[in-house]
Amino acid sequence: MLPIDLPQVDLNGPIGQSARAMAQPASTAPAAAPLSVQDMILTLHAYWSAKGCLILQPYDMRMGAGTFHPATTLRALGPQSWNAAYVQPSRRPTDGRYGENPNRLQHYYQYQVIMKPSPADFQALYLGSLFAIGIDPLLHDIRFVEDDWESPTLGAWGLGWEVWCDGMEVSQFTYFQQMGGFDCKPVSGELTYGLERLAMYIQGVDNVYDLKFNAAGVSYGEVFLENEKQMSKWNFEVADTDTLFEGFRRAEAECHKALEAKVPIAAYEQAIEASHLFNLLQARGVISVQERASYMGRVRDLARGSCEGYIERFRPEWEAQFPGWTA
Amino acid sequence: MGSTVPGVDGMSTADFLLELRSEEIPARMQAGARADLEKLFRREMQAAGLAVGDVTVWSTPRRLTLIAKALPLATEAVHEETKGPRTSAPEQALEGFLRKTGLAKDQLTERDGVWFAVVEKPGRAAADVLAAAIPAIIRAFLWPKSQRWGAASHQPDSLRWVRPLSGIVALLGDDLIDCEIGGIRSGTVTLGHRFHHHGDITIGNAADYAMKLRAAHVIVDHAEREALVREGAQKAADDAGLVLVEDEGLVIENAGLTEWPVPLLGRFDEAFLEVPPEVIQLTARVNQKYFICRDAAGKLANAFVCTANIAANDGGAVIVAGNRKVLAARLSDARFFWEQDRKTPLSVHAEKLARITFHEKLGTLADKVERVAKLARWLVEEGIVMPDPRHSDASNLRHSREGGNPASDAAPDWTPAFAGVTKEELAEQAELAARLCKADLVTEMVGEFPELQGLMGGYYARAEGLPDAVADAIRDHYKPVGQGDDVPTAPVTVAVALADKLDTLAGFFAIDERPTGSKDPFALRRSALGVIQILLAAQVRCNLVPAFSNAIASVFRSVLERAVAGDQNFAIYIEKIWKVQPHPSLPATEFAARMEHFAAELGDFEIMLEPYSELALEFLRSAPVVMGKTPDLLLGFFADRLKVQQREAGVRHDLIDAVFALGGEDDLVRLLARVQALQAFVTTEDGVNLHAGYKRAANILKKEEYTPAEADYAREPAEAALIAALDAAEPRAEAAVAAEDFTAAMAALAILRAPIDTFFESVTVNDADPAKRAARLGLLDRFRAAVHKVADFSRIEG
Repeated sequence: MLPIDLPQVDLNGPIGQSARAMAQPASTAPAAAPLSVQDMILTLHAYWSAKGCLILQPYDMRMGAGTFHPATTLRALGPQSWNAAYVQPSRRPTDGRYGENPNRLQHYYQYQVIMKPSPADFQALYLGSLFAIGIDPLLHDIRFVEDDWESPTLGAWGLGWEVWCDGMEVSQFTYFQQMGGFDCKPVSGELTYGLERLAMYIQGVDNVYDLKFNAAGVSYGEVFLENEKQMSKWNFEVADTDTLFEGFRRAEAECHKALEAKVPIAAYEQAIEASHLFNLLQARGVISVQERASYMGRVRDLARGSCEGYIERFRPEWEAQFPGWTA
Repeated sequence: MGSTVPGVDGMSTADFLLELRSEEIPARMQAGARADLEKLFRREMQAAGLAVGDVTVWSTPRRLTLIAKALPLATEAVHEETKGPRTSAPEQALEGFLRKTGLAKDQLTERDGVWFAVVEKPGRAAADVLAAAIPAIIRAFLWPKSQRWGAASHQPDSLRWVRPLSGIVALLGDDLIDCEIGGIRSGTVTLGHRFHHHGDITIGNAADYAMKLRAAHVIVDHAEREALVREGAQKAADDAGLVLVEDEGLVIENAGLTEWPVPLLGRFDEAFLEVPPEVIQLTARVNQKYFICRDAAGKLANAFVCTANIAANDGGAVIVAGNRKVLAARLSDARFFWEQDRKTPLSVHAEKLARITFHEKLGTLADKVERVAKLARWLVEEGIVMPDPRHSDASNLRHSREGGNPASDAAPDWTPAFAGVTKEELAEQAELAARLCKADLVTEMVGEFPELQGLMGGYYARAEGLPDAVADAIRDHYKPVGQGDDVPTAPVTVAVALADKLDTLAGFFAIDERPTGSKDPFALRRSALGVIQILLAAQVRCNLVPAFSNAIASVFRSVLERAVAGDQNFAIYIEKIWKVQPHPSLPATEFAARMEHFAAELGDFEIMLEPYSELALEFLRSAPVVMGKTPDLLLGFFADRLKVQQREAGVRHDLIDAVFALGGEDDLVRLLARVQALQAFVTTEDGVNLHAGYKRAANILKKEEYTPAEADYAREPAEAALIAALDAAEPRAEAAVAAEDFTAAMAALAILRAPIDTFFESVTVNDADPAKRAARLGLLDRFRAAVHKVADFSRIEG
């Protein structure tokens, strides 16, 4: 199923299985032709699939980061193991630049991996994935630099690093400690790759719109430039703020209703919706500094409530399956 | 046990090695972790009775290592003997002893008719002690932040470490110390460099550890890696014909991020050099941990030095290229901010300060700026900050200028441009600079790099064509920010820097947010120290009390206006009863009285306060009284800061007290000049003896009740001589103090020294004749008063 121009790496081989294995492929240098964006995604899919991850699809809602996908947020809760990988479009309305900035986009892709509990060789697995997409650790300087992660709107935090490749942050590596205000038992390991940035690096391209989307030479700009122009305009100039405020209130109300009805996954979708509407309101510049904290608190309450509802829904089952486990 | 050797006292010892391997430890935490590891190890060993000699601790990003040289293989056996009652003692005594020792009667030993409890504790094997101590050390470790991980984290009380702990090597001599914690079992195997080495490394003992790791591309000694970074970076710069800008913080950080550091030099596009050099340096340093370089002329060069963690196959070309690209993207952002920010004048940026809260009770930054602008103008208009330096005064006050101020010896940096500046022009410039001094806080650049506050404002001011003096004042008004920082002396800067700090101090003192103990959340000590340093360095003659009163009145008005915002009638009313107009000669007590009067008048109009919020009401009723007392509190706070600040310069705190105690002195330049003259005097023979005479006089006066009376008897010669000396000294001391010639004032006091000595030698104060006694006590009182014209000698120690 793999495209033919993938590097000839044995995904079931020693790469990534342990830290010790990392240096071994150095003699088997990755293929010379840099991966296109889609081949990079396919390679990562193949790699993480081989490591036991479910390959999921993007969540069909607008969200600011791959972490918001229920496959990460909700699945990080509870005692059962969970391994998944997926691409998630990330919407950051305030980062829109009308397609004029070579590095900033209001819509970009994150590649997200969650493994629960965090495996002992998680770092080595991650390094193996970098090698798979063409980064040779004896040619490039790969570093784990302290960077703790916190999401005030999810009530979540973790410790970890930003991973540097020759001084550039290519991934965020986090051990979740809390989600929705609840201790993670067990802890999940989370990886977030900035796909465009990584691709720009691998392809040696300075402008995101010049990226090769596929090996046949279709560019990223051909796919997304017009989208960036139009969406930037809508985010900053057109979006009706009354409608957005109203949408926020409705999502909030709907979330509470769903929680009362004990359908926490539905409630969580409304939390995602509220969070994105808040981001849009920010882009429209209609939320003052003082109000900002208050809105974030409201989103956090929705996310927390959803997490709590999710735990309550499964608590008897989890406690039965994992004696001694408590939320 | 091959490496086991007998110690000096014949006891067997061995070297102990402990390696705690983990995922990457944040660089900033490694030094603390090394210290903790040694401390905890020593504590555990001491508790177990195992003597510890030399200990070495090392760290890399992935390991913490401890080596204890010549650890005894066992603790010493302990023989404890406790003496009990005599065998002939009553039964109760024996029972009590048994209870105390927890022994039965047949376990006691009898010697010479006395019971003894004898306990023999055999020595414990060091291996056992260590096996118990290692998990205890790991558990007790206090990381600034720690985490759980992996399958074990199903349990909430699972092991916490800074990042996942992955392995333990523990060897005493050649022997494994077997222990386990959180599912990690100790062993003899470790790992080498993440990319340069694969496979296990088996460690034999402490002696071969560092060597084996070095062979696996790991330099375990952090100090050695630091040297490699320091010297490697220097060499890279040298080779390029450049000079490295040394940065020890970066050396340590890069050594903490690498196990095999390789400094590499790269270049960036020269076009970026148009961005202020401080911005480039900060971007390179903070975001990328790069060193920067200067050219031979001392100008920032378009070069950086990064530190890789590998000896790359291609010599580092790819790494340098990648880092160059990242830096270019960062510098593009910085250049974008630089261009963007300059499109808007500072005065327009400053409008946005109304959206930023300075402090809930003290209003927005715009409110603060308004106060600072008025105060800066006032400082000039009152002649406190003057357009041109007063060289004549400065030379008079040479002593105080050496009062520990780094800048005091340097030539003041007022420029000839000030020579012709009038007071009004200076006032205009000070007010303008003050209005713009915080504007850069809302620029993109300072939003990205808060450390550049002030500096960017200075650049932007110059770019929009404001006078240099104004731009300099905006740039430097936060200074000095600590001992050793430059102290501004240029008049506009001095006015703004003083006004900004005085406003902060007055504001927080007025709302009762004073520093207590170690808590000083608003850095008020630093502000006060800054004021002191500026006053002394620039020789600014400022009566602090009126300056405080003015600043406090300003804070009060600004908060008041906020509380009753929009009510014109009330504002007019406030204006009517507002009679507090601080003047340079207004003493603290008068200010307090006026504020109280103001509060009383407000009280008569309670009904007018009704529409306002609780906060406003409470404030209006209590604040004037509290604020009225603030100038005195602030002066005391400054006295304490001055003592601390002058300690380093060797100025005695008791002498500062001796001058402050006279009261009414709030001009620090004059105060310090007097203190310095006093310090020179009290160590002379005259000074020492005069102090002794003073103490004797003060003691007598303290003990005796008397009513001063004119003498109606023939004064003894010693009395007459003292009177003559006082007649001569008093006017001289007074005149010298008025002329601020404190050396002359001390000389005047010296006149009294011989007469007071003779007086005590030959005159009986406590004469049987009450008239004589009263007259002589009166004379001593006059002597004391004469000394007090110069300083309160009762505060002088010794």
